Amino acid sequence: MNLLKQTSLVFWKDLLLELRRRDSLLTMFFFGTLLLFVFHFSFDLPPDKVAEMAPALLWLAFLFTGTLGLTQLFQVERENHCLEALLLSPLDRGALFLAKSCFNLFLMLLVELVVMPLFWILFNLHGWNLLPQLFLVTLLGTVGFCVLGTIMSAVTLRARARELLLPLVLFPLMIPVILATIRCMENIMSAGDLGAAASWLRLLLGFDVIFVTVGILIFDRVIEG
Amino acid sequence: MSLGAIVVGLYWGLVIAPPDAYQGEVQRIMYLHLPSILTAYLSYFLVFIGSCMYLWKREKRDDILAHSAAEIGVLFTALTIIEGSIWGRPTWGVWWTWDARLTLTAILLLIYTGYLMLRSLIEDENRAASAAAVLGIIGFLDIPLIHMSVYWWRTLHQPPSILQPNKAPWENIAWPLLIPLLINIVAFLLLLFYLLSLRYRLGEIRDEIRMRRLEQSA
Repeated sequence: MNLLKQTSLVFWKDLLLELRRRDSLLTMFFFGTLLLFVFHFSFDLPPDKVAEMAPALLWLAFLFTGTLGLTQLFQVERENHCLEALLLSPLDRGALFLAKSCFNLFLMLLVELVVMPLFWILFNLHGWNLLPQLFLVTLLGTVGFCVLGTIMSAVTLRARARELLLPLVLFPLMIPVILATIRCMENIMSAGDLGAAASWLRLLLGFDVIFVTVGILIFDRVIEG
Repeated sequence: MSLGAIVVGLYWGLVIAPPDAYQGEVQRIMYLHLPSILTAYLSYFLVFIGSCMYLWKREKRDDILAHSAAEIGVLFTALTIIEGSIWGRPTWGVWWTWDARLTLTAILLLIYTGYLMLRSLIEDENRAASAAAVLGIIGFLDIPLIHMSVYWWRTLHQPPSILQPNKAPWENIAWPLLIPLLINIVAFLLLLFYLLSLRYRLGEIRDEIRMRRLEQSA
């Protein structure tokens, strides 16, 4: 079986489980929305300031909800020794990594698709026509987050207090993604297109490519420990 | 030997060398600041090497090397930041500023503190070693990206004083200042290797104790 076939099989398994239980998606979605309310109450900004702060606030919300998803990512495998069973099967470790990254990406994108328009509504923002472009940048950033996040989620799999440890090791490594996405989104919102932020976009793409490759190469060492 | 070199270097730097033409006496902290950060960078490179070797060959000694180097790296990074802020207060007027190089150093400290925490939170020795090795590799690969992003973000720190692209290093610093600096760099590197050998030996002893305990209980 080739890599893609294996990846889609594991992805399908996770998706099916999620469709039946719905715990990750519902908690992430609810938490994301909750954060928007908290931001609104705590900042209470005039409309012109909101546009300046929107990218940073949105990305904070995505980071927190994404981390919530990542801590649950290998939860199913931890119960009943399912991870050992998966590793015993003739499954490429790279495929397992890709499937898990894609699954978290899928969850985060669903949440982002709802939270971004909601942000525009709650904060009375203009420029609805910019949303597709902003979403594209968010997509690239989310890919980077999920890829590195999946590696780190597997690294912290057997640690005590792993839910607490994961953000501690993940967030410092995510700084290029956070800075790049926020700068790109700011440029889009102020100038209407990427303009000067094109180099940030290249950095973001580079990050994604590097860590997808590293993940596929290194994941067997990560998961087997 | 390392201690002797540090004493000589510091004495030369702090007492004999003339004060800087612009910054005066405060500049003397350079004799500690630069060697500390170089030592820290070298330690992180050793963490990377040790981690790669461990994942490849699975030998305990590589893991002990990476672990020891990470501890020393965190120590020297913290020292660099403390020295830097002592210097920054009289020179820039602030203890801390969100300049690119300061931010990068702080992020390094966070990454490798995370590395040490990860190790201490995994009970199984072998699993802790491979998990840490993965973080050691990824953390090191991430450094150039973090470097680029924080530099584009902002820069205030003066450009490197000594290593500049269009001038030979010795033209940028007067000899009386350079000599103690070089002595101190050598001294700090000696100190690094001394600490590393001590810490490495400690790791070996710990490992041996663990093995003996296992044998006894078996």
